[in-house]
Amino acid sequence: MTASTMNVDPSAIAMSNADAVGTGRVKIHSKDVKVFYGAKQALKGIYLDIFEHSVTALIGPSGCGKSTYLRCLNRMNDTIDICRVEGLIELDGEDIYGRTIDTVQLRARVGMVFQKPNPFPKSIYDNIAYGPRIHGIGARRDEMDVIVEKSLQRAGLWDEVRDRLKEPGTGLSGGQQQRLCIARAIAVSPEVILMDEPCSALDPIATAHIEELIDELRENYTIVIVTHNMQQAARVSQRTAFFHLGDMVEVNDTEEIFTNPKDERTQGYITGRYG
Amino acid sequence: MNPSYLLWVILILTIIGYFLGQNRAARVADGRLHRLHSVPSYHGIYVLLWAALPAFLLLALWVAMESWLALELAIAQLPDRFTNVDARALSLLQADVLNIAAGINTGRETAPEVKEAAEAYNNLRSMGDTAIFFVGLLMGLAGLRFALNRISLELRARNQVESVLNVLLILCSLVAILTTVGIVLSLLFEAMRFFTWVPPAEFLFGLQWSPQIALRADQVGSSGAFGAVPLFTGTLLITAIAMVVAVPIGLMSAIYMSEYAPVAVRSAAKPVLEVLAGVPTVVYGFFAALTMAPFVRETFGANGLGLDVASESALAAGIVMGIMIIPFVSSLSDDVINAVPQSLRDGAYGLGATKSETIRQVILPAALPGIVGAVMLAISRAIGETMIVTMAAGLAANLTANPFEAVTTVTVQIATLLVGDQEFDSPKTLSAFGLGLVLFIVTLALNMIALRVVQKYREKYD
Repeated sequence: MTASTMNVDPSAIAMSNADAVGTGRVKIHSKDVKVFYGAKQALKGIYLDIFEHSVTALIGPSGCGKSTYLRCLNRMNDTIDICRVEGLIELDGEDIYGRTIDTVQLRARVGMVFQKPNPFPKSIYDNIAYGPRIHGIGARRDEMDVIVEKSLQRAGLWDEVRDRLKEPGTGLSGGQQQRLCIARAIAVSPEVILMDEPCSALDPIATAHIEELIDELRENYTIVIVTHNMQQAARVSQRTAFFHLGDMVEVNDTEEIFTNPKDERTQGYITGRYG
Repeated sequence: MNPSYLLWVILILTIIGYFLGQNRAARVADGRLHRLHSVPSYHGIYVLLWAALPAFLLLALWVAMESWLALELAIAQLPDRFTNVDARALSLLQADVLNIAAGINTGRETAPEVKEAAEAYNNLRSMGDTAIFFVGLLMGLAGLRFALNRISLELRARNQVESVLNVLLILCSLVAILTTVGIVLSLLFEAMRFFTWVPPAEFLFGLQWSPQIALRADQVGSSGAFGAVPLFTGTLLITAIAMVVAVPIGLMSAIYMSEYAPVAVRSAAKPVLEVLAGVPTVVYGFFAALTMAPFVRETFGANGLGLDVASESALAAGIVMGIMIIPFVSSLSDDVINAVPQSLRDGAYGLGATKSETIRQVILPAALPGIVGAVMLAISRAIGETMIVTMAAGLAANLTANPFEAVTTVTVQIATLLVGDQEFDSPKTLSAFGLGLVLFIVTLALNMIALRVVQKYREKYD
């Protein structure tokens, strides 16, 4: 059991990555990713591949580094002064921390949905149009109308808000706000969507809505989702990675992880012994 | 005996009472303190309050009534021919008695009966003081004893002490509120007197301000004019200039401080910026009169752009006032910008917005109500500011929108109208109260609107 020892052999992980029944090609490749907040190390060298057009769930107890890892993928950690990232993360074979990469363009390709719905204090329409506008898409009014409608349709919100696009986005219910945020992320047509516990502030019905939506979005996007809810991980994801204390302990097909975990820490977590 | 001795005695009594009460409670509990309803220190305070409050109230009552009571009694002793006179003569008599009692020579021949009354007054007071000392002491002791006797396991000492504290706090806040009400009322009544001389419509809409009253009928320029519009426009002009200076600079520096500045710069620059807020306005006044005004004249005047610039221009006063208000705007805006949730920034960054896009399109709109509130508070401060304009803006009540001309403001006029010895029975001095009332209403309205706006904003994000 190499993976259960504290000194994880990178090649063993890499191998287990390769072993997994990945569908499609590798979209994001990360190698020995380490993150420090000041002197404190939050990630201790993560090796993880994320496949195109699939949903990858990151699970693990609080403070295990899964959100930190997620925020590395679109360089959101850059906004935190004391945060330092080491290692290699490639998007389509291109180092996203490389010199030629601009965070603005990167984040247009790798969108993000946050834990708490965070619509801007603007109208529903402007919330969606915001992303395309800053990236210079949809300059003509009719083009923008199409983008807004399509994004809202994909996020399953169109029918509920089509008559009140001018009303403020903050006036929607929590679940609607979160779908608005997903529509907002979709509107810039990203390749990858990162979701950081997108349902943790929502009730079960709204959660079911979002989960359905994630499943539909998989066709067009690569999705990485952080969740505390193991049923959710089991329901929506094809692959699951288990994080613990800054390590990526195990990654495999979701079914494998939940029925036949290789590492006893994974087993302990998914059976509810800790976490 | 001086009643202040009573204060000291009662103070000692309360200290003794505190410890006695504590001990008694401990003894009653017999070593098992949890059986007491309240912890012993509350019993101590309970005894302390009983020893102090009744005696203090008595003393306060005495101090308030003493001289009046003694005077009444002393005058009542006088034969009828002294007291059976009109109110004016009676008050003269009272003043005589008081003066003689205090050993002041009235410079007039006084009847022996009045001298006797003065003596009686002094005797009554000293007797009363001695009496009050002993009565107060007795009340203190009685209160102490009463409270000590009431100490038992069931005594709800904590609740009673807390309710006394409650009353104390209410009294303190009443002082603040009543003072405000008093100020407003005095302003209102004096302003009403002014409006009996000058009709409000003339005051509010008149275009000429020349607060003069004739000493002689044939005096040149003897007619006063109390049209306050030039003052209002002057105030507006200077305030507007101040805002043009303060709002952009304050807001931008707030944005820099909260969004761009590294922690080290922020922690160094913020206190420096706030030093500006600590500069006394008189010093700003020097700066305006001695540095800014000549600078403005040099730059825009005959030697510079060739414009016609008054030596006391509205521009100089306005700029300096704006500088004074910068820290006000920036620190309030900084708070508001910091209160915008991080999640909104994340949302914008997550979509690939740049820093300036995030600030312009997400953070500022979210913070706008708060910033508006800050600006309105700043305006009301600028309108009420006196010292800078007194020193730099001048007294000429010109009705103009030209920033290079001298104007005067409401506050400057109030200050100049009331400086020195004044009698309060002419429209000249009373007009200050009319101006004060207008000023008060305007700033009050601005403050209330600003607070409402800020409050509404808070509800949204907390």
